[in-house]
Amino acid sequence: MSAGQGQANRTSWSLAAPALALLLIGSIGPLLIVLVYSFMTPGDYSGVQRPFTTQAWEQVFLTRDIFDDTLGWADAHMTIFWRSVKLSVLTAVITFLLGLPTAWFIATRPPDRRALWLFLITIPFWTNLLIRTIAINEIIRNEGLLNQVLLKLGVIGAPLQILYTDTAVLIGMAYVYLPMMVLPMYAAIDRFDTRLLEAAYDLFANRWQALWHVVLPVIRPGILAGSILVFVPSLGAYVTPRVLGGGKNMMIGNFIELQFGQGQNWPLGAALAVLLLIAVGLALTVYVRVLGGAGRADG
Amino acid sequence: MAERRFDPTRLPGFATVAVAVFVLLYLPIATLVAYSFNGGDSVAVWGGFSLDWYGRAWANETVKAAALRSVVIAACASALATTLATLAAVGVVRNRRMKGRAVVYMAINQPLMVPEIVTAVALLIFFASVRQFTGYQGLGYLIAAHAAFCVPFAYLPISARLEGMDATLEAAAADLYATPRQAFRHVTLPLLTPGIIAGAMLAFVISLDDVVITEFVKSAGQDTLPTYMLAQMRRGVSPEVNAISTMLLMVTVVLLTAFFIINKQTNRGKQ
Repeated sequence: MSAGQGQANRTSWSLAAPALALLLIGSIGPLLIVLVYSFMTPGDYSGVQRPFTTQAWEQVFLTRDIFDDTLGWADAHMTIFWRSVKLSVLTAVITFLLGLPTAWFIATRPPDRRALWLFLITIPFWTNLLIRTIAINEIIRNEGLLNQVLLKLGVIGAPLQILYTDTAVLIGMAYVYLPMMVLPMYAAIDRFDTRLLEAAYDLFANRWQALWHVVLPVIRPGILAGSILVFVPSLGAYVTPRVLGGGKNMMIGNFIELQFGQGQNWPLGAALAVLLLIAVGLALTVYVRVLGGAGRADG
Repeated sequence: MAERRFDPTRLPGFATVAVAVFVLLYLPIATLVAYSFNGGDSVAVWGGFSLDWYGRAWANETVKAAALRSVVIAACASALATTLATLAAVGVVRNRRMKGRAVVYMAINQPLMVPEIVTAVALLIFFASVRQFTGYQGLGYLIAAHAAFCVPFAYLPISARLEGMDATLEAAAADLYATPRQAFRHVTLPLLTPGIIAGAMLAFVISLDDVVITEFVKSAGQDTLPTYMLAQMRRGVSPEVNAISTMLLMVTVVLLTAFFIINKQTNRGKQ
């Protein structure tokens, strides 16, 4: 390496240093403290104390019977993990089913009108997530628009209790994360060269073969990116399940909060937070791997 | 040909779903805005058009204080994040062979990858200790936390602008005996300004909208508008929350429209 490059590197690092320092204080450093806290003992009122122990991590999965001291699966925790994963996967599936036609539609508009359709997707994307959640609440609550319309039409005799159920959380998450699915899929479809289809037909492909072997490989990175952009925030969702799920239908994000509030078990909360972080990390790793694999297959 | 060809621009089912999706995207927001103008006291019945709830929200001292706090935090956090992001972008973007470039890139984008709830509890833990140690109780914690998660949003348009900029202009300034500082001040910075404004606006909107991290970092009496609304939602819907939402919505839409216009002009400038 030349002396000039060494000097340039020092300049680069010193210019980046203030931003890195801010991120160290406001994000990265505290995350490391969480890891440490997950190996400590709950404090008498709140916080943590020594000794260091793996107790919190055991508690995440196992529960000790108060009578005969045997270990069993922590069923309540498993229910919450399962609900989080299930709702996140379903959110990704629903947003995909609705998002693919939408992305396709936008990408195939005439260029002069495409920007407007895109803008219409972008506005909800940038609108406060809490406001969008409150807006869904307006629709599905017992006196809300949906129930009023269904009652008027005589489809139902009494208002449907949707609010404060898993369905409400699912509807809410699908609503708030839909733009995250549409935007990357649009970007992928937009890159698709329609002449490839003509080539496929010239080579005697039928419609499904063309769709499967020509269209899908090209838009697959967009589908993957959209799925991960929906799945990851769904898994860590806090606001939507809190507002639409009520107190009972917790997801892991709300369960973490509980440990720092009423639960007064900071180590368990910290361990759950690390677990969530690991889950998200795994999802992102799988994504990068699959994308890398797809890239090689295309190349 | 017996079989019909697959024409990507003509998939009738797709267009129907797409239009339905657009309706579904906007219907709830439109309903919320409409209900904020509802004159009746009941949340179920339409009682005629009225600005009553806006008046009540406006007269509510708690709401006013929360709104002011939101703006102060967003202004401070976006100014800090944008300044630091600009410095980092100037340092990193042009130095393609920089050692550890990937590390800096990862660190800057890290807030986008970690779930907000995890960062929120991490900050709760960390700032609880700092509070105990220093005794300081002010808005500094919220500003620092907001500034940190705003960095990637400020960095994005600034680095994009830098990458699109002609590096030879800076070289020309150097040839004309400008010091690196002069070249930055008189060549780089003016050209970079649209990116910086765009970055600051994004950071401002992101900070203004934050719920989760604020909810965990704030101490008693430090509610922002979103955390105030979240607390109100515990008691179910209220037309007042709808009115506040509508006002916040307006601010976001205005800022974003301005952002897109600036961005469009910037891109036009490049061509």
